[in-house]
Amino acid sequence: MAVKKNNTAIKNSPKHLLGIQNLSIVEAKSILDEAKKFIELNRSSSKKLDVLRGKTQINLFFEPSTRTQSSFDLAGKRLGADVMSMNMDNSALKKGETLIDTAMTLNAMHPDLIVIRHQDSGAPNLLSQKVNCAVINAGDGRREHPTQALLDALTIINRKGKIEGLKIAICGDILHSRVARSNIYLMNMLGAEVNVIAPKTLMPKSIDRMGVKSFTDMRKGLEGTDIVMMLRLQNERMQGSFLPSKREYYEFYGLTPEKLKFAKKDALIMHPGPMNRGVEIDTKLADDINVSLVKEQVELGVAVRMACLKKYCK
Amino acid sequence: MKEKIFINARIIDPSQNMDEKGSLLLNEKGKVKAIGKNVKKSDANKDAEVIDLKGNVLIPGLVDMKAFVGEPGYEYKENFRTLSQAALAGGVTSIVTMPNTKPIIDNVSMVDFIIRRGRDKANVNLFPCASITKQCEGKLMTEFGLLSGRGIIGFSDVNKTIQNTELMSRIMDYASDIGVLIMQHAEDYELSKNACINDGEVATRLGLQGISALAEKIIIERDLSLLSEYPCRYHINQISSKQSLEVIRKNKNNGKKFSVGVSINNLSLNENDIGEFKTFLKLSPPLRLEDDRLSLVQGIKDELIDVIVSDHLPEDEESKRLPFAQAATGAIGVETLLPLSLEMYHNESLPLNKIIETLTINPAKILNIKKGTLTKGSDGDICIFDLEAPWKVDADKLKSKSKNTAIENRNLQGKILMTYLNGELVYSN
Repeated sequence: MAVKKNNTAIKNSPKHLLGIQNLSIVEAKSILDEAKKFIELNRSSSKKLDVLRGKTQINLFFEPSTRTQSSFDLAGKRLGADVMSMNMDNSALKKGETLIDTAMTLNAMHPDLIVIRHQDSGAPNLLSQKVNCAVINAGDGRREHPTQALLDALTIINRKGKIEGLKIAICGDILHSRVARSNIYLMNMLGAEVNVIAPKTLMPKSIDRMGVKSFTDMRKGLEGTDIVMMLRLQNERMQGSFLPSKREYYEFYGLTPEKLKFAKKDALIMHPGPMNRGVEIDTKLADDINVSLVKEQVELGVAVRMACLKKYCK
Repeated sequence: MKEKIFINARIIDPSQNMDEKGSLLLNEKGKVKAIGKNVKKSDANKDAEVIDLKGNVLIPGLVDMKAFVGEPGYEYKENFRTLSQAALAGGVTSIVTMPNTKPIIDNVSMVDFIIRRGRDKANVNLFPCASITKQCEGKLMTEFGLLSGRGIIGFSDVNKTIQNTELMSRIMDYASDIGVLIMQHAEDYELSKNACINDGEVATRLGLQGISALAEKIIIERDLSLLSEYPCRYHINQISSKQSLEVIRKNKNNGKKFSVGVSINNLSLNENDIGEFKTFLKLSPPLRLEDDRLSLVQGIKDELIDVIVSDHLPEDEESKRLPFAQAATGAIGVETLLPLSLEMYHNESLPLNKIIETLTINPAKILNIKKGTLTKGSDGDICIFDLEAPWKVDADKLKSKSKNTAIENRNLQGKILMTYLNGELVYSN
């Protein structure tokens, strides 16, 4: 009888995508390379592959989401997987079932992939300990949103050709933002210089320890940047008063053509959506196809998620 | 009962400044008859039981000022029997139990119940606390006088804080008159809302809401200001930060009288130990920076902190197997209290005497009980341990009903060999 050789490369590659923190640079680059191949496919008329034929993907969304959920949904379907989306707002959890019990129930249905979004930081980590399939984090609390960072990276590479050596500003509600955290890790890893800009009450403690420069003056923070990532004010996560008013916030931290002038001439704007127009970004700027990458981010999001699903599905 | 004589012991009893090779003689009633280097085997009766300790350490049984017993209401987490077993295996012979059971111990009939139940089921000295306010709600004070009369040792809302300053001033005013002990958990609720971990780098990385050290400091400052007006017996259950310690230093140096505790967890762990969402290390007050931990150790050395507590808080696995923010707070610790404390001796942070003092005579003095000492006539509550023996913490082998230890797999040095309660052998390894 032939003895099966242990393939250590496969053995060591992680089973789950829980966050950029757990990702090596090699893995991140391999996902981005793979995603590039899917961009063209998604633009063609015949978009369907059968890479994941026969596989089952469950989208487990405990928080409302439009773009991320539909993006994962499409990505799975285009790869040929059977995709089931569960809106957990009105399910067993409301009846008191714990996350673990839900996980065990779903696990019994033998899925190959679970995509989870949860309001609590660390929920995907907990889930991954209890199921046999791969877990992909689609956003947990304010901790990580790895596929968003990967799609942002792909969008930047697509436009600027590289990330290494670029100067990137992340501006807005850093405290409550998982997108900011994942992007800080990933952009740092890929060799960019990262500035974070926020009012003091929305800046997390010890953020400087994460390898970024922090600014409360938006104009200074934007100086010489190639990419300006705007974040949404997360009103739903805010308890109590963090800011005097939206008007004051817009005055100091809203991205306007005037403030954008402090960035490089060819600077581009990104936003993970959904946008609060007139709160964090000037509405005309958001729609200006010469500087705004918002639509491209959504488009490439599908490609990145296809690459992730393919990589982690065993 | 026969007389017992423990020979070849290294006796450490900080209540009488004793650290010497000698013997301990217990009389037929289990009380200390003689102690020290001058006690000879021949001082005992002929039929006395002779226990040769072969140079191991003999100390008064430990007094743990903060532990939770699940009875009534949470028997599935811990009951009197399992708590006793865990305590005795850790050399702890006296336990102050917390009142946040279900129902809460805030009235006389509950006290009668718990004392009766403890007497029937427990095998350690129990000193029950009642809550400061009815239902621990921070609104109406409990019957301090009546409850003390029924055997309540002190008053604590456990992990809750009296937020209302006016109420706190009245509590302290009233308590100062009748001489009861008020034990406060220091935490400003507005500053700690939804928070579950120290406010710092780890909170930022894990995406969790942090509790600022200010939340603790502000309440301590407030209470110590009130204490100038209303000098009651005031004790801060647990402090966790350098900032709080500095407030305490200033006030103690000014001659203000109050006492301070610290959890062994905050002395031996820091926020980095939480790793990726280890819910067993979700504690209140939270683990803070290494700098805070070091200053707490220094606080013991400088006699600003009086007692080390286990803050024994058993939680079943279900309450811990949740996302971090939702998971229950607390860890068990009564069984590992002494061995984990000895770590500070082995790594040369604290002298052995000091550690034993904070675990025996200091809490006994604050509580005003005749425990934590082996002076002539004291109860024969004794802990005997091997100072050097190494062992590894294995949650499954711990006696507590719940297994939520914060130090699973930790290598410790110092092992409890025997525990005596009123002269009777109640634990032997």
